[in-house]
Amino acid sequence: MQSKRYASVGARCVACGCCLKVCPMGAIDLKYGVKANIDVQKCVGCGRCANECPAGVIEILQRGEK
Amino acid sequence: MPNTAKAKKHWYDYLWIVTPIYLGLGFFNILFAWIGLVFFFLPLILSACGFGKIYCNLYCDRGRFLDLLGKKLHISMNRKTPKWVSSPVFRYGFLIFFLIMFIQMLFNTYLVFSSAKTLSETVKLFWTFNVPWNWAYNGSAAPWVAQFAFGFYSIMLTSTLIGVIFTVLFKPRSWCVFCPMGTMTQLICRIRAPKGEK
Repeated sequence: MQSKRYASVGARCVACGCCLKVCPMGAIDLKYGVKANIDVQKCVGCGRCANECPAGVIEILQRGEK
Repeated sequence: MPNTAKAKKHWYDYLWIVTPIYLGLGFFNILFAWIGLVFFFLPLILSACGFGKIYCNLYCDRGRFLDLLGKKLHISMNRKTPKWVSSPVFRYGFLIFFLIMFIQMLFNTYLVFSSAKTLSETVKLFWTFNVPWNWAYNGSAAPWVAQFAFGFYSIMLTSTLIGVIFTVLFKPRSWCVFCPMGTMTQLICRIRAPKGEK
C-alpha cells in the first residue's frame, strides 16, 4: 500500500546529495547531477530528506496534491 | 533498495580528516597550500567526465567535515537555511565574486613573479583582514610560488570559516548551497544533461 505522503523537490535543488544518504527507501537519485529525483512510488513521505536538505527545497506533500 | 541496515562505512566517510590536515599543514608550511589545487580541479574534471556531482555527494572533504561538526559535535543550531541563500542570484553572484577574487589572487602572483610587487607573507581572511603568517614560509621556494600559496590558502581558510559559520547558524551543510565549486559542477552537469533533464 502506498503512503499518504511523499516528498517533492523544488527547482532550487543544488544536487548536494545530502538527501540521498538519509533516504531509508533508496528512493532518491541524482541522475545527471542537476537535481535530486524522488521516485514517488518508493517514497514513504517520512520527511528525513526534507529535514536534511540544507537548501530547504524538499517539501512533504499529501498524495493527490501537486 | 531500502537502506534499512546500518550503513557500512566506506573509505570516503573518513575524508573529513583532509580539511584539518590541509589547514594544519598550511599553518606550518604555506607551500602545502598548493595541494588545494586538487580540491579545485578534481570536482570540475569529474563533472566534465560525466560523473555528475559525485565529488559533492561522496568525496568532498569539507562537506564531510561540516557534517561532522554539525552532527557529531552538535555545533549546529540546525535552523532552516534562509531562502535567499539558495536563490540563483545569490549563488551565481557569489560564484562570480569568488572567481573575481581568484583572478585577483592570480594577478597578485603574477606581480610578484614579475618583481613588480614584493611577497606578502600574510593570509587574507574574508578578502579583507591581513593576518601575519610569516612563520609558515622559510624562503625555500621562489617568492611567486609562496605568493600563490598564501593567496590560495587564504581562499581555502576563508571558505572553510564561512562554511563553519553557516554550519553553526543553519544546517550542517548549508555552505554546500552556495559553494562556488558546487555551483560550477552543477553548471557543467546542466550543460551535459539531455534536454529534458536540465
